[in-house]
Amino acid sequence: MRRQLPIIIVFVSGAFMAIQYFIPHDAGVFFYEYGLDWIIVIGIFAMLLGIWSLFKVQLDKVVKRSPGWGYSVVALGGLFFMLIGGPLWGIEEGTPFMKVFWYIYTPIQATMFSLLAFYIASAAYRAFRARTVLATILLLTAMVIMLRLIPLGPISGPNQKLATWILMVPSMAANRAILIGIGLGIVATCLKIILGIERAYMGRD
Amino acid sequence: MNFYERLMNLDRRWVYLVVGIAVIIPVLNPFRVPVYVTQEVKAIYDCVESLEPGDILFLAIDYDPQAMAEVHPMAKAIMRQCFAKDVKLIISALSQNGPGMAEQLISELSKEFGKKSGIDYCYLGYKPYFSIVILGMGQNFRIPFPTDYYGVPLDSLPMMRGVQNYDDVKVVIDISSGNITDYWIIYGNGRYNVKLAVGVTGVMTANYYPYLASGQIFGLMGGLKGASEYEVLSKQGDRAIKMMSIQTTAHIVIILFIVAGNIGYFMSRKKKIK
Repeated sequence: MRRQLPIIIVFVSGAFMAIQYFIPHDAGVFFYEYGLDWIIVIGIFAMLLGIWSLFKVQLDKVVKRSPGWGYSVVALGGLFFMLIGGPLWGIEEGTPFMKVFWYIYTPIQATMFSLLAFYIASAAYRAFRARTVLATILLLTAMVIMLRLIPLGPISGPNQKLATWILMVPSMAANRAILIGIGLGIVATCLKIILGIERAYMGRD
Repeated sequence: MNFYERLMNLDRRWVYLVVGIAVIIPVLNPFRVPVYVTQEVKAIYDCVESLEPGDILFLAIDYDPQAMAEVHPMAKAIMRQCFAKDVKLIISALSQNGPGMAEQLISELSKEFGKKSGIDYCYLGYKPYFSIVILGMGQNFRIPFPTDYYGVPLDSLPMMRGVQNYDDVKVVIDISSGNITDYWIIYGNGRYNVKLAVGVTGVMTANYYPYLASGQIFGLMGGLKGASEYEVLSKQGDRAIKMMSIQTTAHIVIILFIVAGNIGYFMSRKKKIK
Protein backbone atom coordinates (compact mmCIF):
# COMPACT_ATOMS: atom_id res chain seq x y z
CA MET A 1 0.00 0.00 0.00
CA ARG A 2 2.93 2.34 0.68
CA ARG A 3 3.76 2.18 -3.01
CA GLN A 4 0.29 1.84 -4.50
CA LEU A 5 -1.25 4.84 -2.72
CA PRO A 6 1.18 7.47 -4.12
CA ILE A 7 0.84 5.92 -7.58
CA ILE A 8 -2.98 6.12 -7.37
CA ILE A 9 -2.84 9.77 -6.16
CA VAL A 10 -0.44 10.70 -8.99
CA PHE A 11 -2.57 8.88 -11.59
CA VAL A 12 -5.85 10.50 -10.48
CA SER A 13 -4.34 14.02 -10.12
CA GLY A 14 -2.34 13.83 -13.36
CA ALA A 15 -5.18 12.34 -15.41
CA PHE A 16 -7.66 14.91 -14.03
CA MET A 17 -5.40 17.89 -14.77
CA ALA A 18 -4.82 16.60 -18.32
CA ILE A 19 -8.51 15.89 -19.03
CA GLN A 20 -10.07 18.97 -17.39
CA TYR A 21 -8.33 21.17 -19.98
CA PHE A 22 -10.81 19.84 -22.54
CA ILE A 23 -13.92 20.01 -20.31
CA PRO A 24 -15.23 23.57 -19.92
CA HIS A 25 -17.72 22.61 -17.17
CA ASP A 26 -18.27 24.40 -13.82
CA ALA A 27 -17.52 21.25 -11.83
CA GLY A 28 -14.25 20.79 -13.72
CA VAL A 29 -13.31 24.43 -13.13
CA PHE A 30 -14.13 24.09 -9.40
CA PHE A 31 -11.87 21.05 -8.95
CA TYR A 32 -9.20 22.65 -11.11
CA GLU A 33 -9.12 25.80 -8.91
CA TYR A 34 -9.19 23.58 -5.81
CA GLY A 35 -6.20 21.66 -7.20
CA LEU A 36 -4.27 24.88 -7.84
CA ASP A 37 -4.85 25.91 -4.20
CA TRP A 38 -3.56 22.53 -3.05
CA ILE A 39 -0.38 22.83 -5.09
CA ILE A 40 0.40 26.25 -3.56
CA VAL A 41 -0.18 24.85 -0.04
CA ILE A 42 2.12 21.90 -0.77
CA GLY A 43 4.70 24.36 -2.15
CA ILE A 44 4.63 26.35 1.09
CA PHE A 45 5.23 23.17 3.10
CA ALA A 46 8.17 22.39 0.79
CA MET A 47 9.54 25.84 1.58
CA LEU A 48 9.31 25.14 5.33
CA LEU A 49 11.18 21.89 4.73
CA GLY A 50 13.88 23.85 2.86
CA ILE A 51 14.25 26.35 5.72
CA TRP A 52 14.51 23.51 8.25
CA SER A 53 17.11 21.75 6.11
CA LEU A 54 19.19 24.95 5.75
CA PHE A 55 18.99 25.57 9.50
CA LYS A 56 19.99 22.01 10.41
CA VAL A 57 22.93 21.79 7.97
CA GLN A 58 24.34 25.17 9.04
CA LEU A 59 23.79 24.51 12.76
CA ASP A 60 25.58 21.15 12.48
CA LYS A 61 28.58 22.92 10.93
CA VAL A 62 28.68 25.46 13.76
CA VAL A 63 28.29 22.85 16.51
CA LYS A 64 30.99 20.58 15.01
CA ARG A 65 33.26 23.55 14.21
CA SER A 66 33.60 22.23 10.64
CA PRO A 67 35.89 24.15 8.23
CA GLY A 68 34.22 27.45 7.30
CA TRP A 69 31.80 27.32 10.26
CA GLY A 70 32.01 31.10 10.53
CA TYR A 71 30.15 31.38 7.20
CA SER A 72 27.40 29.21 8.68
CA VAL A 73 27.03 31.69 11.56
CA VAL A 74 26.57 34.46 8.98
CA ALA A 75 24.05 32.32 7.03
CA LEU A 76 22.05 31.59 10.19
CA GLY A 77 22.23 35.24 11.26
CA GLY A 78 20.93 36.34 7.86
CA LEU A 79 18.19 33.71 7.89
CA PHE A 80 16.86 34.72 11.32
CA PHE A 81 17.25 38.44 10.75
CA MET A 82 15.13 38.29 7.58
CA LEU A 83 12.63 35.81 9.10
CA ILE A 84 12.08 37.97 12.18
CA GLY A 85 12.76 41.39 10.62
CA GLY A 86 10.03 41.05 7.98
CA PRO A 87 7.08 40.52 10.34
CA LEU A 88 8.57 42.82 13.00
CA TRP A 89 9.34 45.95 10.97
CA GLY A 90 7.40 45.28 7.77
CA ILE A 91 8.66 44.82 4.21
CA GLU A 92 8.03 48.24 2.73
CA GLU A 93 10.75 50.54 1.41
CA GLY A 94 12.89 52.06 4.18
CA THR A 95 12.42 49.22 6.70
CA PRO A 96 15.48 47.30 8.06
CA PHE A 97 14.31 44.29 6.02
CA MET A 98 14.50 46.26 2.76
CA LYS A 99 17.73 48.01 3.77
CA VAL A 100 19.44 44.62 4.18
CA PHE A 101 17.97 43.60 0.82
CA TRP A 102 19.17 46.74 -0.97
CA TYR A 103 22.52 47.37 0.71
CA ILE A 104 23.78 43.81 1.30
CA TYR A 105 21.94 41.28 -0.82
CA THR A 106 21.58 43.30 -4.03
CA PRO A 107 25.29 44.33 -4.30
CA ILE A 108 26.34 40.72 -3.58
CA GLN A 109 24.19 39.37 -6.42
CA ALA A 110 25.18 42.21 -8.78
CA THR A 111 28.88 41.57 -8.06
CA MET A 112 28.59 37.85 -8.76
CA PHE A 113 26.79 38.51 -12.04
CA SER A 114 29.22 41.25 -13.09
CA LEU A 115 32.14 38.84 -12.82
CA LEU A 116 30.63 37.00 -15.76
CA ALA A 117 31.66 39.85 -18.08
CA PHE A 118 35.32 39.15 -17.34
CA TYR A 119 34.98 35.38 -17.72
CA ILE A 120 33.03 35.77 -20.96
CA ALA A 121 35.68 38.14 -22.38
CA SER A 122 38.45 35.68 -21.53
CA ALA A 123 36.48 32.66 -22.82
CA ALA A 124 35.53 34.45 -26.08
CA TYR A 125 39.16 35.41 -26.69
CA ARG A 126 40.30 31.79 -26.31
CA ALA A 127 37.36 29.93 -27.88
CA PHE A 128 36.48 32.01 -30.95
CA ARG A 129 39.27 30.83 -33.27
CA ALA A 130 38.57 30.20 -36.96
CA ARG A 131 40.12 26.72 -36.88
CA THR A 132 37.51 24.99 -39.09
CA VAL A 133 34.70 26.06 -41.45
CA LEU A 134 32.06 25.50 -38.75
CA ALA A 135 34.12 27.43 -36.18
CA THR A 136 34.46 30.28 -38.70
CA ILE A 137 30.68 30.38 -39.27
CA LEU A 138 30.15 30.45 -35.49
CA LEU A 139 32.74 33.21 -35.12
CA LEU A 140 31.21 35.39 -37.86
CA THR A 141 27.69 34.88 -36.52
CA ALA A 142 28.79 35.82 -33.02
CA MET A 143 30.49 38.94 -34.39
CA VAL A 144 27.33 40.07 -36.23
CA ILE A 145 25.18 39.50 -33.13
CA MET A 146 27.66 41.31 -30.88
CA LEU A 147 28.04 44.20 -33.32
CA ARG A 148 24.29 44.85 -33.29
CA LEU A 149 24.74 46.16 -29.75
CA ILE A 150 27.32 48.70 -30.88
CA PRO A 151 26.54 51.90 -32.83
CA LEU A 152 28.36 51.55 -36.15
CA GLY A 153 27.13 54.67 -37.89
CA PRO A 154 25.76 54.04 -41.40
CA ILE A 155 26.21 50.24 -41.20
CA SER A 156 24.20 49.93 -37.97
CA GLY A 157 20.94 49.51 -39.90
CA PRO A 158 22.10 46.75 -42.31
CA ASN A 159 23.95 44.97 -39.48
CA GLN A 160 20.82 45.10 -37.30
CA LYS A 161 18.79 43.62 -40.17
CA LEU A 162 21.35 40.85 -40.67
CA ALA A 163 21.39 40.13 -36.90
CA THR A 164 17.58 40.00 -36.84
CA TRP A 165 17.61 37.61 -39.82
CA ILE A 166 20.11 35.34 -38.03
CA LEU A 167 17.90 35.34 -34.92
CA MET A 168 14.63 34.91 -36.81
CA VAL A 169 15.72 32.25 -39.33
CA PRO A 170 18.69 29.93 -38.62
CA SER A 171 18.75 30.48 -34.85
CA MET A 172 14.99 30.12 -34.62
CA ALA A 173 15.00 26.90 -36.68
CA ALA A 174 17.50 25.35 -34.27
CA ASN A 175 15.60 26.69 -31.26
CA ARG A 176 12.31 25.30 -32.52
CA ALA A 177 13.84 21.88 -33.08
CA ILE A 178 15.15 21.90 -29.51
CA LEU A 179 11.83 23.18 -28.09
CA ILE A 180 9.77 20.58 -29.95
CA GLY A 181 12.16 17.89 -28.70
CA ILE A 182 11.83 19.16 -25.13
CA GLY A 183 8.03 19.33 -25.48
CA LEU A 184 7.82 15.74 -26.68
CA GLY A 185 10.17 14.67 -23.89
CA ILE A 186 7.96 16.40 -21.29
CA VAL A 187 4.84 14.67 -22.64
CA ALA A 188 6.56 11.29 -22.59
CA THR A 189 7.88 11.81 -19.04
CA CYS A 190 4.47 13.03 -17.80
CA LEU A 191 2.76 9.96 -19.27
CA LYS A 192 5.36 7.70 -17.66
CA ILE A 193 4.79 9.35 -14.26
CA ILE A 194 0.96 9.31 -14.55
CA LEU A 195 0.96 5.65 -15.59
CA GLY A 196 3.33 4.69 -12.78
CA ILE A 197 6.19 3.60 -15.07
CA GLU A 198 8.53 6.33 -13.80
CA ARG A 199 8.65 6.22 -9.98
CA ALA A 200 11.83 8.14 -9.14
CA TYR A 201 9.75 10.78 -7.30
CA MET A 202 9.10 8.19 -4.56
CA GLY A 203 12.80 7.88 -3.84
CA ARG A 204 14.19 4.35 -3.70
CA ASP A 205 11.77 1.84 -5.18
CA MET B 1 57.48 32.45 -27.97
CA ASN B 2 57.23 34.98 -30.82
CA PHE B 3 54.93 38.03 -31.03
CA TYR B 4 52.02 36.18 -32.75
CA GLU B 5 52.13 33.28 -30.33
CA ARG B 6 52.03 35.77 -27.47
CA LEU B 7 49.08 37.50 -29.13
CA MET B 8 47.33 34.15 -29.22
CA ASN B 9 48.09 33.17 -25.64
CA LEU B 10 47.65 36.31 -23.59
CA ASP B 11 47.39 35.73 -19.85
CA ARG B 12 43.75 36.02 -18.78
CA ARG B 13 44.69 38.66 -16.21
CA TRP B 14 45.53 41.04 -19.08
CA VAL B 15 42.09 40.38 -20.53
CA TYR B 16 40.48 41.12 -17.16
CA LEU B 17 42.51 44.32 -16.76
CA VAL B 18 41.64 45.69 -20.20
CA VAL B 19 37.93 44.82 -19.81
CA GLY B 20 37.98 46.51 -16.39
CA ILE B 21 39.52 49.67 -17.87
CA ALA B 22 37.02 49.58 -20.77
CA VAL B 23 34.18 49.53 -18.24
CA ILE B 24 35.61 52.23 -15.96
CA ILE B 25 36.42 54.83 -18.68
CA PRO B 26 32.78 55.48 -19.73
CA VAL B 27 31.77 55.59 -16.06
CA LEU B 28 34.31 58.34 -15.39
CA ASN B 29 33.79 60.11 -18.72
CA PRO B 30 30.15 59.54 -19.67
CA PHE B 31 29.17 59.80 -23.31
CA ARG B 32 26.10 58.80 -25.27
CA VAL B 33 25.84 56.38 -28.14
CA PRO B 34 23.07 56.41 -30.76
CA VAL B 35 20.38 53.76 -30.27
CA TYR B 36 18.79 51.96 -33.24
CA VAL B 37 15.16 51.09 -32.44
CA THR B 38 13.95 47.64 -33.51
CA GLN B 39 10.42 46.67 -34.52
CA GLU B 40 10.01 44.16 -31.66
CA VAL B 41 10.57 46.89 -29.05
CA LYS B 42 8.48 49.46 -30.92
CA ALA B 43 5.54 47.00 -30.93
CA ILE B 44 5.52 47.05 -27.10
CA TYR B 45 5.76 50.83 -26.97
CA ASP B 46 2.95 51.24 -29.51
CA CYS B 47 0.73 48.84 -27.56
CA VAL B 48 1.21 50.67 -24.24
CA GLU B 49 0.79 54.01 -26.00
CA SER B 50 -2.52 52.87 -27.49
CA LEU B 51 -4.04 52.18 -24.03
CA GLU B 52 -6.70 54.58 -22.78
CA PRO B 53 -6.78 56.09 -19.26
CA GLY B 54 -8.42 53.54 -16.95
CA ASP B 55 -7.29 50.52 -18.99
CA ILE B 56 -5.39 47.89 -17.00
CA LEU B 57 -1.91 46.64 -17.85
CA PHE B 58 -0.47 43.63 -16.00
CA LEU B 59 3.24 44.13 -15.30
CA ALA B 60 5.07 41.01 -14.15
CA ILE B 61 8.37 41.90 -12.45
CA ASP B 62 10.09 38.52 -12.44
CA TYR B 63 13.78 39.27 -12.00
CA ASP B 64 16.34 39.23 -9.24
CA PRO B 65 18.94 41.88 -8.31
CA GLN B 66 21.65 40.31 -10.49
CA ALA B 67 19.74 41.25 -13.65
CA MET B 68 18.74 44.67 -12.37
CA ALA B 69 21.16 46.62 -14.57
CA GLU B 70 19.66 45.13 -17.73
CA VAL B 71 15.94 44.84 -17.06
CA HIS B 72 15.09 47.27 -14.25
CA PRO B 73 15.13 50.24 -16.70
CA MET B 74 12.56 48.40 -18.88
CA ALA B 75 10.14 47.97 -15.98
CA LYS B 76 10.73 51.55 -14.86
CA ALA B 77 10.09 53.04 -18.31
CA ILE B 78 6.89 51.02 -18.78
CA MET B 79 5.62 51.89 -15.30
CA ARG B 80 6.37 55.59 -15.86
CA GLN B 81 4.64 55.51 -19.25
CA CYS B 82 1.54 53.89 -17.71
CA PHE B 83 1.38 56.30 -14.75
CA ALA B 84 1.84 59.27 -17.10
CA LYS B 85 -1.10 58.02 -19.22
CA ASP B 86 -3.29 57.14 -16.18
CA VAL B 87 -3.24 53.49 -17.22
CA LYS B 88 -3.88 51.29 -14.16
CA LEU B 89 -1.36 48.61 -13.23
CA ILE B 90 -1.61 45.18 -11.70
CA ILE B 91 1.90 44.17 -10.64
CA SER B 92 3.17 40.76 -9.59
CA ALA B 93 6.66 39.57 -8.64
CA LEU B 94 7.01 35.82 -9.03
CA SER B 95 10.76 35.36 -8.61
CA GLN B 96 11.99 35.03 -5.02
CA ASN B 97 13.75 38.39 -4.98
CA GLY B 98 11.35 40.14 -7.32
CA PRO B 99 9.18 41.73 -4.58
CA GLY B 100 12.05 44.03 -3.56
CA MET B 101 12.57 45.12 -7.16
CA ALA B 102 8.89 45.87 -7.65
CA GLU B 103 8.49 47.58 -4.28
CA GLN B 104 11.39 49.93 -5.07
CA LEU B 105 9.84 50.96 -8.40
CA ILE B 106 6.35 51.36 -6.96
CA SER B 107 7.49 53.39 -3.98
CA GLU B 108 9.61 55.72 -6.17
CA LEU B 109 7.18 56.21 -9.06
CA SER B 110 3.91 56.33 -7.09
CA LYS B 111 5.33 59.28 -5.14
CA GLU B 112 6.55 60.97 -8.33
CA PHE B 113 3.19 60.62 -10.11
CA GLY B 114 0.97 60.87 -7.01
CA LYS B 115 -0.53 57.40 -7.56
CA LYS B 116 -2.29 55.44 -4.83
CA SER B 117 -2.32 51.72 -4.05
CA GLY B 118 -5.68 50.12 -4.74
CA ILE B 119 -6.84 53.03 -6.89
CA ASP B 120 -4.17 53.46 -9.56
CA TYR B 121 -2.25 50.24 -9.09
CA CYS B 122 -2.52 46.94 -7.30
CA TYR B 123 0.68 45.23 -6.18
CA LEU B 124 0.00 41.53 -5.71
CA GLY B 125 3.48 40.54 -4.51
CA TYR B 126 4.99 37.05 -4.48
CA LYS B 127 3.67 33.51 -4.15
CA PRO B 128 5.76 30.37 -4.65
CA TYR B 129 5.40 28.08 -7.70
CA PHE B 130 5.10 30.65 -10.45
CA SER B 131 3.58 28.24 -12.98
CA ILE B 132 0.68 27.50 -10.64
CA VAL B 133 0.28 31.17 -9.77
CA ILE B 134 0.10 32.11 -13.47
CA LEU B 135 -2.53 29.38 -14.01
CA GLY B 136 -4.46 30.45 -10.91
CA MET B 137 -4.57 34.09 -11.97
CA GLY B 138 -6.09 32.95 -15.27
CA GLN B 139 -9.12 31.79 -13.29
CA ASN B 140 -9.19 34.58 -10.72
CA PHE B 141 -6.49 36.84 -9.28
CA ARG B 142 -7.96 36.06 -5.84
CA ILE B 143 -7.00 32.36 -5.99
CA PRO B 144 -3.24 32.90 -5.50
CA PHE B 145 -3.62 36.43 -4.09
CA PRO B 146 -6.59 36.87 -1.74
CA THR B 147 -4.80 40.00 -0.49
CA ASP B 148 -2.33 42.40 -2.07
CA TYR B 149 1.34 42.73 -1.04
CA TYR B 150 0.36 44.98 1.87
CA GLY B 151 -2.24 42.54 3.22
CA VAL B 152 -5.33 44.40 1.97
CA PRO B 153 -8.05 42.07 0.59
CA LEU B 154 -8.34 42.45 -3.19
CA ASP B 155 -12.12 42.84 -2.94
CA SER B 156 -11.70 45.99 -0.87
CA LEU B 157 -9.47 47.69 -3.48
CA PRO B 158 -11.50 50.05 -5.71
CA MET B 159 -9.55 49.28 -8.89
CA MET B 160 -9.98 45.51 -8.43
CA ARG B 161 -13.80 45.65 -8.25
CA GLY B 162 -15.07 43.67 -11.20
CA VAL B 163 -11.55 42.63 -12.17
CA GLN B 164 -11.45 38.84 -12.14
CA ASN B 165 -8.67 37.53 -14.36
CA TYR B 166 -6.60 38.13 -17.50
CA ASP B 167 -9.79 38.85 -19.48
CA ASP B 168 -9.99 42.15 -17.63
CA VAL B 169 -6.50 43.34 -18.48
CA LYS B 170 -5.54 44.70 -21.90
CA VAL B 171 -2.02 43.37 -22.02
CA VAL B 172 0.55 41.48 -19.95
CA ILE B 173 4.21 42.51 -20.05
CA ASP B 174 6.64 40.16 -18.36
CA ILE B 175 10.07 41.55 -17.43
CA SER B 176 12.15 38.56 -16.46
CA SER B 177 15.61 37.12 -15.91
CA GLY B 178 14.64 33.46 -15.73
CA ASN B 179 12.37 30.75 -17.03
CA ILE B 180 9.23 32.35 -15.58
CA THR B 181 8.83 33.86 -19.06
CA ASP B 182 8.40 30.34 -20.49
CA TYR B 183 5.43 29.78 -18.20
CA TRP B 184 3.87 33.11 -19.09
CA ILE B 185 4.04 31.95 -22.72
CA ILE B 186 2.87 28.38 -22.06
CA TYR B 187 0.10 29.12 -19.56
CA GLY B 188 -0.59 32.85 -19.88
CA ASN B 189 -0.71 32.96 -23.66
CA GLY B 190 -1.16 29.26 -24.47
CA ARG B 191 -3.99 28.52 -22.08
CA TYR B 192 -5.59 31.92 -21.39
CA ASN B 193 -4.72 33.64 -24.65
CA VAL B 194 -3.31 36.78 -22.97
CA LYS B 195 -1.76 39.42 -25.18
CA LEU B 196 1.84 39.03 -24.04
CA ALA B 197 5.13 40.87 -24.51
CA VAL B 198 8.39 40.09 -22.74
CA GLY B 199 11.54 41.87 -21.66
CA VAL B 200 14.46 39.57 -20.92
CA THR B 201 18.21 39.70 -20.31
CA GLY B 202 20.63 39.87 -23.24
CA VAL B 203 21.66 36.21 -23.07
CA MET B 204 18.02 35.07 -23.04
CA THR B 205 16.92 37.12 -26.04
CA ALA B 206 17.69 34.63 -28.82
CA ASN B 207 15.56 31.98 -27.08
CA TYR B 208 12.39 34.05 -27.43
CA TYR B 209 12.49 34.92 -31.14
CA PRO B 210 10.60 31.71 -32.04
CA TYR B 211 7.68 32.91 -29.90
CA LEU B 212 7.82 36.32 -31.54
CA ALA B 213 7.67 34.77 -35.00
CA SER B 214 4.80 32.47 -34.01
CA GLY B 215 2.82 35.40 -32.60
CA GLN B 216 2.72 33.99 -29.07
CA ILE B 217 4.39 37.20 -27.95
CA PHE B 218 3.88 40.44 -29.82
CA GLY B 219 6.99 42.25 -28.58
CA LEU B 220 10.45 41.49 -27.25
CA MET B 221 12.96 43.63 -25.40
CA GLY B 222 16.42 42.11 -25.11
CA GLY B 223 18.88 43.22 -22.44
CA LEU B 224 20.22 46.71 -21.95
CA LYS B 225 19.87 47.44 -25.68
CA GLY B 226 16.14 46.68 -25.56
CA ALA B 227 15.78 48.83 -22.44
CA SER B 228 17.58 51.74 -24.09
CA GLU B 229 15.37 51.42 -27.18
CA TYR B 230 12.29 51.61 -24.96
CA GLU B 231 13.66 54.66 -23.17
CA VAL B 232 14.32 56.36 -26.51
CA LEU B 233 10.74 55.69 -27.64
CA SER B 234 8.95 56.50 -24.40
CA LYS B 235 11.22 59.35 -23.30
CA GLN B 236 10.79 58.00 -19.76
CA GLY B 237 14.21 57.91 -18.15
CA ASP B 238 17.68 57.53 -19.63
CA ARG B 239 19.43 55.07 -17.32
CA ALA B 240 19.79 52.37 -19.98
CA ILE B 241 20.75 54.91 -22.65
CA LYS B 242 23.58 56.12 -20.39
CA MET B 243 24.74 52.57 -19.66
CA MET B 244 24.86 51.67 -23.35
CA SER B 245 28.21 53.50 -23.58
CA ILE B 246 29.68 51.09 -21.00
CA GLN B 247 28.27 48.08 -22.85
CA THR B 248 29.59 49.46 -26.16
CA THR B 249 33.20 49.88 -24.96
CA ALA B 250 33.16 46.45 -23.28
CA HIS B 251 31.88 44.81 -26.48
CA ILE B 252 34.45 46.62 -28.64
CA VAL B 253 37.23 45.36 -26.35
CA ILE B 254 35.90 41.78 -26.51
CA ILE B 255 35.71 41.96 -30.32
CA LEU B 256 39.27 43.35 -30.49
CA PHE B 257 40.50 40.48 -28.32
CA ILE B 258 38.80 37.96 -30.60
CA VAL B 259 40.34 39.62 -33.68
CA ALA B 260 43.79 39.72 -32.02
CA GLY B 261 43.52 36.05 -31.05
CA ASN B 262 42.67 35.10 -34.63
CA ILE B 263 45.48 37.21 -36.12
CA GLY B 264 47.89 35.46 -33.76
CA TYR B 265 46.45 32.07 -34.69
CA PHE B 266 46.68 32.59 -38.48
CA MET B 267 50.12 34.25 -38.46
CA SER B 268 51.70 31.60 -36.24
CA ARG B 269 50.15 28.84 -38.40
CA LYS B 270 51.52 30.55 -41.53
CA LYS B 271 55.00 30.59 -39.99
CA LYS B 272 54.78 26.91 -39.07
CA ILE B 273 53.75 26.00 -42.65
CA LYS B 274 56.73 27.96 -44.04
